[in-house]
Amino acid sequence: MPGPTHVQATINGEEVNFLCEPRQSLLEVLRDVLGMTGTKEGCNDGNCGACTVLFDGRIIDSCLVLGVEIQGREVTTIEGLATADGLHPIQQAFLENAALQCGICTPGFIVAAKGLLDEEPDADEGRIRHWLAGNLCRCTGYDKIVRAVLDAGEKMK
Amino acid sequence: MVANIVLSEVEYTHIGKRPIRPDGVDKVIGRAQYGPDITLKGLLHGKVLRSPYAHARIKSIDTSQAEDYPGVKAVITAQDLPFASLSKEELGAGYQALKFASDHILAGGKVLFKGHPVAAVAAANPHVAEEAAKLIKVEYEELPPVMSVLEAMADGATLLHDDLYTSSLGETSQTASNVAAHARYEKGDVVQGFDEAAVVVEREFQTASVHQGYIEPHNGTALWSADGQLDVWCSTQGAFTVRSSLANVLRHPVSKIKVTPMEMGGGFGGKISIYLEPLAALLSKKSGQPVKLVMNRVEVFEASGPAAGSLIKVKMGATKDGKLTACQAELALDAGAYPGSPAMSAAMCAFACYDYPNGLLDAYDVVVNKPKTQAYRAPGSPQAAYAVESVVDELCEKLGIDPVEFRLRNASKEGTRRIEGPVYRRIGLVECLEAARSHNHYQTPVDVQPSGKLRGRGVASGFWFNRGFVSSCNLTLNPDGTVSVVMGSVDLCGTRASIAQQTAEALGIAYEDIKPSIADTDSIGYTFITGGSRTTFATGLATINASQDIKQRMIERAAAIWEAKVEDVEYVDAVLQHKSDSELRMTFKELAGRTLTTGGSITAQCNIDPPGEGNSFAVHIVDVEVDQETGKVDILRYTAIQDCGKAVHPSYVEGQMQGGAAQGIGWALNEEYFFNGQGQMTNSSFLDYRMPISLDLPMIDTVIVEVANPGHPYGVRGVGETPIVPPLAAIANAVYQATGVRMQSLPITPGKVLDALWSQNGS
Repeated sequence: MPGPTHVQATINGEEVNFLCEPRQSLLEVLRDVLGMTGTKEGCNDGNCGACTVLFDGRIIDSCLVLGVEIQGREVTTIEGLATADGLHPIQQAFLENAALQCGICTPGFIVAAKGLLDEEPDADEGRIRHWLAGNLCRCTGYDKIVRAVLDAGEKMK
Repeated sequence: MVANIVLSEVEYTHIGKRPIRPDGVDKVIGRAQYGPDITLKGLLHGKVLRSPYAHARIKSIDTSQAEDYPGVKAVITAQDLPFASLSKEELGAGYQALKFASDHILAGGKVLFKGHPVAAVAAANPHVAEEAAKLIKVEYEELPPVMSVLEAMADGATLLHDDLYTSSLGETSQTASNVAAHARYEKGDVVQGFDEAAVVVEREFQTASVHQGYIEPHNGTALWSADGQLDVWCSTQGAFTVRSSLANVLRHPVSKIKVTPMEMGGGFGGKISIYLEPLAALLSKKSGQPVKLVMNRVEVFEASGPAAGSLIKVKMGATKDGKLTACQAELALDAGAYPGSPAMSAAMCAFACYDYPNGLLDAYDVVVNKPKTQAYRAPGSPQAAYAVESVVDELCEKLGIDPVEFRLRNASKEGTRRIEGPVYRRIGLVECLEAARSHNHYQTPVDVQPSGKLRGRGVASGFWFNRGFVSSCNLTLNPDGTVSVVMGSVDLCGTRASIAQQTAEALGIAYEDIKPSIADTDSIGYTFITGGSRTTFATGLATINASQDIKQRMIERAAAIWEAKVEDVEYVDAVLQHKSDSELRMTFKELAGRTLTTGGSITAQCNIDPPGEGNSFAVHIVDVEVDQETGKVDILRYTAIQDCGKAVHPSYVEGQMQGGAAQGIGWALNEEYFFNGQGQMTNSSFLDYRMPISLDLPMIDTVIVEVANPGHPYGVRGVGETPIVPPLAAIANAVYQATGVRMQSLPITPGKVLDALWSQNGS
């Protein structure tokens, strides 16, 4: 087994250095090495989207990327959206639209929605449903999530 | 068109409003701590070794190599569990034979499903634990798996348990059997009833095993201290049921176990039983360090949940005027490896929407070599409603009566006696049916069919009990005029909000001034699980009662400060005032600010097991489109109508209705466990076990019908279970209207639809 590797990356705008084993996924690094448990594990095989993060602005399942692969790259997690001034408009919209029930899928949905709305704030229902097709929610039936993303898009225009 | 309608009769200040939930911010910024998020100093990670076989005898287990593996701190097998007899103990949501519960946690003599835990390892990190678990050598003698209720009930069937006897109508069988229980409910004379019928329909239906599908996997973390104190952290619907289950399985005193419920990433009935908690406890006891276990998704599918598969025969008869004369059903639900399917609850729910003179129900709880089934949202009711509501649809067709009209003619109402005994108090099925009939969805014809597509509409109704059970709340008046509400109920999806709203309403103070939180089992009175649509009702009553106590104590305190008689002081709109001396007046906040110097804190508590449950009914309308070429069924439009009693927070009530409908849609169209010939699940991932995604669904319209429950001061009934009951039959009925084929087996996969269409065309 090769020893741990030093990795330097930018996470939520800050330079981060950590040691990780080659077999550790980015999800494991975030949660177990860096203590950032906002990113959730639902399946660990890329089928639920609970661990969605932005990787150089693109949405990815962090369970499908190795920790060592973020060397020199930028990662945004759910912890990076709110600022000292308050919540991100998507977070606010999720609260106001009651778009979360148990909340376990919520960080993944919010990060995925950011990936869409940063580029296309005027995305319509069909576009949103396509974009979020990789994120599973078992509580809501998606209705209020889609409404929250539509609402956030309005505010982000 | 209004997507979400609330039909209210009474308005309140806080009840019925849509405030931001108190736990909302933590959950949208990723700070909320769910079960798998916990970490402790010196934490070890565990891994479970599971059976590759659905049915086998364990001949030997050799853990020596795993124990010697570098980094391993403890290894356990069933030998580490205390002896368990067949006596029935409180285990999860009900009583079970302790031996079965114990064997379920770690297999003793036999493994009874693929994924059955056989041993567990604790090590410095999860990878080492996984590597070590693979070094455990288990020798099995394979046995033939029994996978369906028909196989299990057949004469000469292979037995799962040598010590399971059928309990049937008060008798116990002489020989061992796979049928754990047979119950019967009867009224009137069905033979006579069917004789009086102008039309009789009899059909048989099957449903597959389906999983609750919570996104958060099972988890459990435990620290067993040298003095015997056991601390447990886990995601559970009920911390107290985890505590009593652990006490029973580990033969450890309840007083030495503290369970702290973490935030819960979905349960739907599947997070009541213990799985990993006792393993973490035993590994911690052996290693002297805290141990965390988290299932992966394969383990969740193969070793937790699922909801029972079913085989249900229904026969119903009606006069030509559309009055039911007799209702009969035989229901066999598979329990998985150990007894406890919701067969009896399925039977009680089956005809609960109808007022009929003659009925006969036989229910069978049958063990098979699948994971032990667990509750899933209105346990048993969806399977029963699928069969019954499909037959009702066929009766309507044969009689030429509109399906909503037929249901209205036979609807249960106040005074109707259910077959198992209880008489309905005020219920709202008729109001739901009337709301369905007048809804824009029902009034608008099904859209014209594009070429190659068939469209149809279906309706179905559903029932759930919404029983109360035990709840506890502790309220504390804080010096700044806020009120802390500590409760034993875990928050699955808005409990903090709905309890805070009821407290604010009862006290007449601002919602923002209520601080709800959830306590561990050392810090609050016994509280039953969050489930069964009980929490908003029962825990709500607990906080309302405790609020009345707070008011009384504030009156007493004001009287003491004013040196007045208690009976001369009153509490009106959160103001303390003297009845005759208008000078003597204090606001809620003013008195709160003086409590610490006038006798100390004001607190109140309530422990309650409330009667007055508000039974709940729903009616769903669905339009589907069937692709004749591929057999795929799409949902075009969906409307869920339900009597929820007063909706405390309508947004979360709508969310329950939409979420339940979505799960029902998955159950109807996509979801099923596939087993190979060896009884091994072959689709244990979210890719292959296909739950609805955002693309599969339209917006789900709702109508909240508020028929107040007389058993609650604000009329609350509860909401979460009933919405999953109607969708299965509503969709099957819509597919029938579109294609002319009765789908008697779920899920309605493209393959089944094509088979049906082709055999219909004779090609």
